[in-house]
Amino acid sequence: MQSRRSFIITASALGAWAASAGAARAANSVTLPFANGTRVLARYPQKRELIVMTSSPVQLETPFSVFNEGVFTPNDAFFVRWHLAGVPTTIDPAAFRISVHGLVDRELSLSLHDLRAFEPVEIAAVCECAGNSRGYSTPRVPGGQWSNGAMGNALWRGARLRDVLERAGVKAGAVQVRFSGLEKPVLPTTPAFVKAFGIRLALSEDVIIAYEMNGAPLPLLNGFPVRLVVPGFYSTYWVKMLNNIEVIDHVDDNFWMKTAYRIPATPGGNVDPAATGFATVPVGTLTIRSFITSVPDGATIPARATTISGIAFNAGSGIKLVEFSSDGGTTWSAATLGRDYGRYSFRPWSVRFEPKAGQSYVLACRATGNDGETQPATPGWNPSGYLRNVIETTKVSVA
Amino acid sequence: MKYLPVVAVVTLLAGASALAQTTPHNKPVSVDLPAANYEFKDGPNVNLARSRCIVCHSSDYVYMQPPLTQKQWTNEVNKMVKAYGATIPPEEVEPIVQYLMSQNGKT
Repeated sequence: MQSRRSFIITASALGAWAASAGAARAANSVTLPFANGTRVLARYPQKRELIVMTSSPVQLETPFSVFNEGVFTPNDAFFVRWHLAGVPTTIDPAAFRISVHGLVDRELSLSLHDLRAFEPVEIAAVCECAGNSRGYSTPRVPGGQWSNGAMGNALWRGARLRDVLERAGVKAGAVQVRFSGLEKPVLPTTPAFVKAFGIRLALSEDVIIAYEMNGAPLPLLNGFPVRLVVPGFYSTYWVKMLNNIEVIDHVDDNFWMKTAYRIPATPGGNVDPAATGFATVPVGTLTIRSFITSVPDGATIPARATTISGIAFNAGSGIKLVEFSSDGGTTWSAATLGRDYGRYSFRPWSVRFEPKAGQSYVLACRATGNDGETQPATPGWNPSGYLRNVIETTKVSVA
Repeated sequence: MKYLPVVAVVTLLAGASALAQTTPHNKPVSVDLPAANYEFKDGPNVNLARSRCIVCHSSDYVYMQPPLTQKQWTNEVNKMVKAYGATIPPEEVEPIVQYLMSQNGKT
């Protein structure tokens, strides 16, 4: 278990290297390590300074150093990704209603007060964009050019979707449930943002309609007053400002399911960049990943024993093992896993490292899940740049 | 870049405090977002980019992409029309692609 003391130590180490290492940094901008990677840094409402990928619709990336602050990603640092420019900037929770309709016995119109009357549940879960790390796709692909900061881990509190659906009474013949929120397109010809998944997942106990994030209301840009939380699934399904739940008797075929957010129906979702004509399926569950967070790529570290720490996560089998390498992945040794906040959460890990003066090291980490899945040594590839989970490396030199 | 230092404002709307049982969860929330960046640099047919693209998105959607080939930019513009319903007449597609190539093209 990682102690508070070690967090303090790593936090001060963070300050030491922030000025000298990592991404090139000028006032109010940062350059991510790929072509056209220069980004403005700006403060948005309820947010600290974040990396601005796009300003309308708003897409903000979490600076990677935030992941060294703790297992839970602070609300004011949590990444932001909207699809359409028509996002309300004023929300009156007292007037907010969630409509539950379609293939149900009783249509519901739930106020937030109603929602809070359901049994509250809390779950720690990673919210990760399917296109997180897309900027590292080789060859590069069009799309949101994220570095590794389109992810975050939070303690979500809300009502079970299952309890809400059972209140409405799901009728026989239900196949999927589809969800939409207050996000609206500018043009009437643009498809509304609608996501759907199977009734079985919708009735599972871990899917919640969250009204709290890390013990506080959600920031507006993260979906205030409520967002869907689908642990283990990519955040495209975590519909923000959720106000519409419809039980349907077929597989939804709207643009955001049928055309967008698709991956090749191949092992690992991978194809050769030259491949064409392959079948595709909607993106689903998270790939297993791990990161070193205590030291950035390119850092210079002192020649004394230190703790290297980081995070690992997967789609919900939980993390069985994290291994650490200081020789670029030739040899590995097991790291110590930190506190377990639940199978969908970031799992902290740490390892002792004794760097020798004058040496350079390629540090790497590799997670293995309780389902046996592990990370590949070479990156996969698909045309939309989804699912990246290659073993990450961090180069350091020793002063 | 053309960002003004905008102070984040989170305003509790007037009247909310009048509710006796007000909690942080049911107070109205209103935010002022920083101005979006709609600046397209000069280039051939820039007027088309300035009139068509910014209807739905900021210009950083173009400049953050890796340099794309003419085929890739053509796919992107066609996607805007066919998938997202952008009102771009067919005869404007090629001039817009020409502009995008001038800004962030891979040849």
